[in-house]
Amino acid sequence: MSLLKVEGLEKSYTADKQILKNIHFEINAGELVSVIGPSGAGKSTLLRCINRMVEFNEGKIMFNNHDVGNLNKKELRNLRANIGMVFQHYNLVPRLTVIENVLHGRFGYKTTLQGLLGRYTEAEKERAFYLLEKLGIHEHAYKRCDQLSGGQQQRVGICRALIQEPKLILCDEPIASLDPNSSKVIMDLLKSISTEMGITCLVNLHQVDVAQHYSDRIIGLNKGEIVFTGTSHELYEEQINKIYGSKTEDLITA
Amino acid sequence: MNEKKMRKNRWQTVIFLLIIIVLTYLSAAITSFNFVDGLATIPKAIGWMFSNLMVTQETLDKLPTILEKLAETTFMSIAATTIAAVVSLFLGVFGSKVTKVNNFLSVFARFIASVSRNIPVVAWALVLLISFGQNSVTGFLALFVGTVGFLTRAFIESIDEASQSSVEALTATGSTYFQIVGKAVIPQCLPQMISWVLFMVETNIRNATLVGILTGTGIGYTFDMYYKMLNYNVVALVTLCIVITVIVVDLMSNYVRKVIL
Amino acid sequence: MEATYIKRKKDGRIHIKSGNKGDRVLRSTLGVLTLLTFVAFLFFNYAGLELGSAITETAYNLKVMFLEPALSHFSLGEAIYQVGVTLSLAFLATVIGAIIAFFLSLMAATNLAPLGLARIVRVFVAFIRAVPTVLWVLIFAIAAGLGSEAAVLGMLFHSIAYLVKAFSEAFEEVDKGILEAVRSTGGNWWHVVKSGVLPSTFTYLLSWVFLRFEINFGVAVAMGAAAGAGGIGFDLFMASSFYFDMREVGFITYAILVVAILLEVVSTRLKKRFFPATSD
Repeated sequence: MSLLKVEGLEKSYTADKQILKNIHFEINAGELVSVIGPSGAGKSTLLRCINRMVEFNEGKIMFNNHDVGNLNKKELRNLRANIGMVFQHYNLVPRLTVIENVLHGRFGYKTTLQGLLGRYTEAEKERAFYLLEKLGIHEHAYKRCDQLSGGQQQRVGICRALIQEPKLILCDEPIASLDPNSSKVIMDLLKSISTEMGITCLVNLHQVDVAQHYSDRIIGLNKGEIVFTGTSHELYEEQINKIYGSKTEDLITA
Repeated sequence: MNEKKMRKNRWQTVIFLLIIIVLTYLSAAITSFNFVDGLATIPKAIGWMFSNLMVTQETLDKLPTILEKLAETTFMSIAATTIAAVVSLFLGVFGSKVTKVNNFLSVFARFIASVSRNIPVVAWALVLLISFGQNSVTGFLALFVGTVGFLTRAFIESIDEASQSSVEALTATGSTYFQIVGKAVIPQCLPQMISWVLFMVETNIRNATLVGILTGTGIGYTFDMYYKMLNYNVVALVTLCIVITVIVVDLMSNYVRKVIL
Repeated sequence: MEATYIKRKKDGRIHIKSGNKGDRVLRSTLGVLTLLTFVAFLFFNYAGLELGSAITETAYNLKVMFLEPALSHFSLGEAIYQVGVTLSLAFLATVIGAIIAFFLSLMAATNLAPLGLARIVRVFVAFIRAVPTVLWVLIFAIAAGLGSEAAVLGMLFHSIAYLVKAFSEAFEEVDKGILEAVRSTGGNWWHVVKSGVLPSTFTYLLSWVFLRFEINFGVAVAMGAAAGAGGIGFDLFMASSFYFDMREVGFITYAILVVAILLEVVSTRLKKRFFPATSD
C-alpha cells in the first residue's frame, strides 16, 4: 500500500520553461527515498508540490488516500500538518528559543487563537523535550536558535517536523550546508526515523554516495524528468552519468 | 584594470565633479547664497551665541512653564510615534512581499506609506491647523501621519529581510496566516522595529518643535514667543532643555538597542 | 525521575521562554511606551478643539486639496522656480555638509584618529544633532539676517551631524588589512585615507550623501514654512495660513510630493546598486 503516489506531475513557472515533466513514482510507508540530480533539475520544486508549497499544473498526487491537488483550505492545512518539512537553511526563527521553535510544529493542529496565545498543552511540551533529548540537544532547549551550530539547528528543524507526528517528512537538501560530521549525524537520524519510527522520508540530496549509503530507493532527476528509479545497488556509474550528464570523476572533483 | 578603463574612470570622476560644481554654482545663484558671507557668518554667529545665549538667574523662573510645555511636546511625540507604530505594523505586514495577504493590499499599504512620508510634516501641520486649531491634537496628527509613512517603510524592510525562511517553514507545518505573523514574523522583527520606533521618538521630539512653531503649541511655541520678544536668555534655556531631553532619550534608546538587538 | 534541564513554573507547567535580559528589556520598553502613550492624552492641550467639525472640515479640505489643485496667487513658472529654490537650499547644505563631514568623520573614526579626538568629535556631533534644525536656522537668522545664508547654515549643521555618524561608521568597517598594507609601504596618514579608505568606501559615502539630500529637501520645505527661509515651503505657509487657499495648498503639495518621490526613487536605485547586500 503506497503512502504517496505521484502521477503525470507537470510544473512550469513560465510558459517557455518546464521545471517538471511527466513525473511518476510511488513511495511506501516507512521508506527512505532520495531524490538526486544536478542543481536546477527540479528537486526542490518536486518536493514542494507534494505539500503544495508550490502549486503544480498537471497530474495527480495521492497522499494517504487524499487527492492533494483537490483540497479545500482546511484540508490543505490538515495535509501539511501530516507532512513534516526540513530545510537546507533550517528555517528556524533565530530569535526564539529552541523549545519555542520545536513547538511551532504543533500550529497545524491548533486554532489561530490557540496558536497566537501560545497555548501548548503540557503533553506537547513534554513531547518536545522528549524529542530534543532523543536528538541530543536538550541542554540547549532554552538557548536562542542563532546561538546553535548548523548541525544543532538542523536537529531542531527535525524536532519541529517530528512533533507534527507526520506520516511523511520532506527534506530539502538537509545536509547541504553542514560539515561532514554533522551531515553524518543528520543522515543517521533520518535513517532511524524511517526505520524505528516508521515515518517515511523523501530526501533531496546532491551527494550520490550519501544517497547510496542511506536510501532504500533512489530517484534520479535530470532537467525535470525522472531518468532513474531503483535501489542503491542498481545505481551504476552509467545511470549516474545519465542523471548528472557527466562522468562521476568530474562529479567528485567538482 | 586596464589603461582604457582607468582613463574612462578618471573621466567619469572629472565629469561627476564638474556637474557637482556647476550645480553648486547654480544653486548659489538661484538662492543668492554668498559663500564668503556665509562663511563669515559662522564665527559671527558663534560669537553671538556665546555672548547672548546665556542662561541667567531670572530666566530660571520660567523653568516650570518651559518644562511643562516640554513635557507636553515629549508626550505628544511619544503618543504619535507609538500609535503610528501600531498602524504601521499592520501596513508593514500587509505591505511586505513575504507576508502580504494579496497584491492589492500590498500596493495599497506601500502607496499610503509613500504619500504620507513624502508630503512633509509641515504640510500636514498647516492643513490640520486650519480645522483642528491651536492644540496638541493638531501636532499629534501631523507627526502621526509622517511617522506612519516612515515606519511602514522601515517595517516592510525589516520583515522582508528577516522572515522569508521561517514563513516558509511555518506554512509547511500547516500554520494559519495569523499564527505565522504572530509567532514567527513579529517575534523575529520586533527588536528591529522597536529600534526604529525609538529612533522616531527622538526624531519626533525635534520635529515637534518645528510643528509647535507652526501650530502655536508646545515647546516650539514657547521658543517662538521668546524669540520674537528678543528674550534670548529664555531662548537659550528652552534650547538647552530640548537638547537635554533629546540626548537623554537618545542615550536610553541606545541602551535598549544594545540589549535587545 | 525528572529531567533537570526542564524549567518549570511553580504550578509545574513548563517554561518555554528563555527569560533573558533582552526579552525583559524588550517587554518593559513596550510597556513603558504604551503607558506613556496613555499618560500623553492627559497632558494634551485640547484648547479650542471640536473634534466632530474638525474632522469633517479637514476631510473637506483634503478633498479640495487633492482633487481640485490650482494656482491662484502665483504662476506655474513661479512655482517651479520656488521648487528650484528649495532644491538649491537642500543641495548647498548637502554638498557643503558632505565636505565638512568627510574631514570631521576622519577625526571621528576610531581606526583613523586617536581615541580622545574621536570622542570629542562624537560628543560635539551628538550635541549638534540634538538641537532641532529649525532652531539652528532661527539662531543663525539673528546673526546673518533672514535669508539663504541662515537657512543653509542651519541645515548644514544637521547634515554634518548625520553624515559624520554615517561616514565614520563606514570608515570603521574598512578592512584592517587594507590599512596595514598601505601603512606597511610607508604611507603617511593621508596616504592611508586616500588609497586605503576612500576607494573602498567612496560609493557608499555617495549614497549616504544622496540620502541626506533627499532628507534635506523635506527640511528645506519646512524651513521655508517655519523660518521664512524662502522657497516652496514659504508659499505653502502663505497659501494655508494667510490666504486659506486649499486649492493652492493642494497644488504645492503635489509639487513637493512629485519631487520627493523622484528623489526617493533615485536614492532607492542608488541603494540597490551600492548596498546590494541589504536590498537583496
